[in-house]
Amino acid sequence: MKPAGVVSDTVSTSNEVIHARGASVRFGDRLLWSGVDLHIGPGTFTAILGPNGAGKSTLLKVLLGLQPLASGTVDVLGAPAGAARRRIGYVPQRGAFDRTLRIRGLDVVRLGLDGSRWGLPLSALRARRTREAVAEVVNLVGATQYASRPIGGLSGGEQQRLVVAQALVRRPELLLLDEPLDSLDLANQAAVAALVQRICRERGVTVVMVAHDVNPILQFLDEVVYVARGKAVVGAPNEVITTQTLSALYGARVEVLRASDGRLVVVGTPEAPALHADRHAG
Amino acid sequence: MTLFDYPFMINALRAGTIVAVVSGAMGWFMVLRRQTFAGHTLSLVGFPGAAGAILLGLAPAFGYFGFCIAAGVIIAMASPPVGSALYSEESAVIGSVQAFSLACGFLFVNLYHGNLNGLTNLLFGSFLGITNGQVVSLLAVAVPALVALGLIVRPLLFASVDPEVAAAAGIPVRLLAVIFLLLLGAAAAEASQITGSLLVFALLVLPPATAHVITGRPLLGIALSVVLAVAVTWAGSVMAYYTPYPTGAFITTLSFAAYVAVRGIRVLNARARKGPVPMREALT
Repeated sequence: MKPAGVVSDTVSTSNEVIHARGASVRFGDRLLWSGVDLHIGPGTFTAILGPNGAGKSTLLKVLLGLQPLASGTVDVLGAPAGAARRRIGYVPQRGAFDRTLRIRGLDVVRLGLDGSRWGLPLSALRARRTREAVAEVVNLVGATQYASRPIGGLSGGEQQRLVVAQALVRRPELLLLDEPLDSLDLANQAAVAALVQRICRERGVTVVMVAHDVNPILQFLDEVVYVARGKAVVGAPNEVITTQTLSALYGARVEVLRASDGRLVVVGTPEAPALHADRHAG
Repeated sequence: MTLFDYPFMINALRAGTIVAVVSGAMGWFMVLRRQTFAGHTLSLVGFPGAAGAILLGLAPAFGYFGFCIAAGVIIAMASPPVGSALYSEESAVIGSVQAFSLACGFLFVNLYHGNLNGLTNLLFGSFLGITNGQVVSLLAVAVPALVALGLIVRPLLFASVDPEVAAAAGIPVRLLAVIFLLLLGAAAAEASQITGSLLVFALLVLPPATAHVITGRPLLGIALSVVLAVAVTWAGSVMAYYTPYPTGAFITTLSFAAYVAVRGIRVLNARARKGPVPMREALT
């Protein structure tokens, strides 16, 4: 951890929620990505995009302070990454809960609030506050109807809403989501994307979401971080997701096509062979 | 004379209650964490532990606790790191520990020139003839184990249900896994002394599994599991008092009946919901 003086020096220049300079991550002798600069302001909705294995999830882990940097600095909420972890909500990429898990949705949400407390929950006053906070956030994500059922028996979309509620129950200032739409059908993708957007706008929560497909969230995004080939480009979606920018990033001819319904399709990315190789290596 | 006039019955109920409370609480987490196989092995290693202790002229309790806790540490070391998607070799390690420990137990019993009555007690337990000293030693382990569980109950629940998020929230998930296996080892060692190595599961799996079927509320589930374990222990002891049959058989049969009954009721309820009017299905 850096001394306090250094931190305040770097942050006093702006009110950025995330501020990264020259950040790079190394796995053994492989440089995952390097020279990443980020300036993400409060209340914005940012997507991290890029091919599989480019290091999108690793970027989230850096913001959480779980992955150390090889070089550069990352400040989150005015402190070095990891120091402000209690003010960050995190939803990791994951499969569904085990179908036979009999714990109620409400209790899974509640873990986000008091799951890291030691000792028995003995205070009746705190128990009531906890119940109210959980009920409020469950209502916010629209899960009240099914939150008291065992979470294992719920659908993917219902589970994802409860998991988002769990990340929100502490009222975090920054919400980090790792491919939350990944295993959902199209209707649920749109619904969860709209929910995240609403939380971002109504609560002023800064949202950073790793996404495999930009289209369900494209209309909501303020900023895009596109990670590929060890580099990252940052900017507004219509500046970054273009034929010129992505071709320069990939170092190969890549084409961005816009379908008649506004959906973006990136063609010609040299990711397929790399993906194949990664699966065998990983 | 009633059964409470016999000191051996009083001590049997005291010891049974202590063991039931510990098993009900630890077993609830064991079922939640899908560590039944680990729990099974921790119970079985009590047998060679006790047999070895007797062979060396020590009290069996030393063998039960020594072996169960050592096995807990070995299994914890074999468990996979948080977030690893690959299947681990955990169950193979557990199986290996189990096979070797049973072989040791068999050997120790033979070296002791095969006292068959003692073997039956090690495997199936002995509720009668429990001394005051044994009750105190059970309590001396049960109280610290339950206090430890109370201290870690919420982080352990978090780490069991949602290990990745728990780790990201700063909870020492791996350390909790080790601590839990130690506590489970202590619980198995306690229960083995009363129910024997083979019938530990009557208290360690059946009441908790029944509680999991009945409720999805964690603290209520733990409480229910403890109440069920104590209830079957008392009922089984009383039934054995009035009949010529062994206590362990009654406790196991009662626990099993309760489990089958709640599963059966759940299946019937699910059928009833899916019955002629599928309104609920249509609405959700």
